[in-house]
Amino acid sequence: MKVIATSKRIPIESIGPESSFESLGIDSLDRLNILFDLESEFEIEIDDEQAKQVQNIHEMIEGVTHLVEAKTSSSPPE
Amino acid sequence: MHRVVVTGTGVISAIGGNTAGFWRALLAGTSAIREILSVDASQIRFRNGAEVRNYVPEEHFEAKDIAFMDRFAQFAVLAAREAVSDADIEWTPDLRETTAVITGSCLGGRAAEESGYWELFHNGKTRVQPLTIPLSMSNAGASHICMQFHIEGPAYTISTACASSSHAIGQAFWMVRSGAAPMAIAGGSEAPFFLGGLKAWEAMRVISKDTCRPFSAERSGMVLGEGAAMLVLETLDAALARGARPIAEIVGFGMSADASHITQPLAAGPARAMRLALRDSGLAPEQIGYINAHGTATEANDRIETAAIRSTFGSHVGKLAVSSTKSMHGHALGAAGALEAVASVLSLRHGMLPPTVNFLTPDPACDLDVIPNHARAAAIEACLSNSFAFGGLNAVLAFKALP
Repeated sequence: MKVIATSKRIPIESIGPESSFESLGIDSLDRLNILFDLESEFEIEIDDEQAKQVQNIHEMIEGVTHLVEAKTSSSPPE
Repeated sequence: MHRVVVTGTGVISAIGGNTAGFWRALLAGTSAIREILSVDASQIRFRNGAEVRNYVPEEHFEAKDIAFMDRFAQFAVLAAREAVSDADIEWTPDLRETTAVITGSCLGGRAAEESGYWELFHNGKTRVQPLTIPLSMSNAGASHICMQFHIEGPAYTISTACASSSHAIGQAFWMVRSGAAPMAIAGGSEAPFFLGGLKAWEAMRVISKDTCRPFSAERSGMVLGEGAAMLVLETLDAALARGARPIAEIVGFGMSADASHITQPLAAGPARAMRLALRDSGLAPEQIGYINAHGTATEANDRIETAAIRSTFGSHVGKLAVSSTKSMHGHALGAAGALEAVASVLSLRHGMLPPTVNFLTPDPACDLDVIPNHARAAAIEACLSNSFAFGGLNAVLAFKALP
């Protein structure tokens, strides 16, 4: 949510887990910026096709969590 | 007002290194979309592009000249050489002094800029290669064409992303029609295969990881291409007087701005550009038999372009063939409009329409006759060539067959 608040320059309080991208006024170009920021923040790679399915904050968090977990479990133990 | 005709064409593209090869490949439905070789593909998330393969600058230019020309400028000159020789221009001092050269390019020589800055950013160097500016400036193509043929008339470059060369050809057409120039060499060139540029396209998430499938339900984005095309435009009277054989007449040019969103297209802007091109040409919609579509194979473009064509042509759509040759030569950005203008005039001359290849399943949102996969014989009276740029800037050219 912090990523979105920064990217869209809107107050973080206005974003809830059930907020849809549409209700936040996030268009296709904003989505690209958000994807870019998420990939940098969490050091993950988000697939184009999967990204297209995501319509709200909840789904986005779910997707990112999944990718972060996959990354953590596949990296070699310390 | 003069009637204006195309008397010569020149092409270098992924599907053919000259006009004849280009046209042969278009009719055969040969797609040049393959794995990208010029850039280390492990660094990018897509694999395919339509590159000009096996290009050896030394076969076309002297070593001392190559140092001063980025790939996009070399392509521009090669296409101009062929167009000038095809038109069989008889140069006089007066013609050299008044001929116009108008080129289009989206990126210009940005590959040279990248390598110029590379040393500064990564290798701890404190100086940049001194030719970085003359190599990378977008007008380098126009300048080198002028130098090559000692053309001293009005010369400039238009950069409107994917519509650059259609705007260039349209401007050249208007200059010759009005008498501002007796002849023009117009078109575009592009060489977008360099790492930074490809990474920027990757981030736009509009490049297909598959291939380019315009108007198909399975379409998944555009595929980059490169190359150049140039056309020689002159008045019909001058062409006939010197015994030239015109390929087709250029009759209309329409342009518009969406004024809406920097990347998302609207149907109204493209539709208005098509209507304006028709009005400029004096043609009725029913006289148009073919449209060489912008047809990038992105989800949005093909749907919006279909809506724009439907709103412009109404019930005539049923008799209208539409194809996207980008499925074969890729999206050559600032060269795209010129390559497609050449495809358009050759379609009129030869009575053959190039197909939309890689087509699988019709998409109800793109319900046009898209000439799927195989070229078609059809003697048509007139055609349009559509180019719609990122930034919502639209350019449409209209051509008419000559007896």
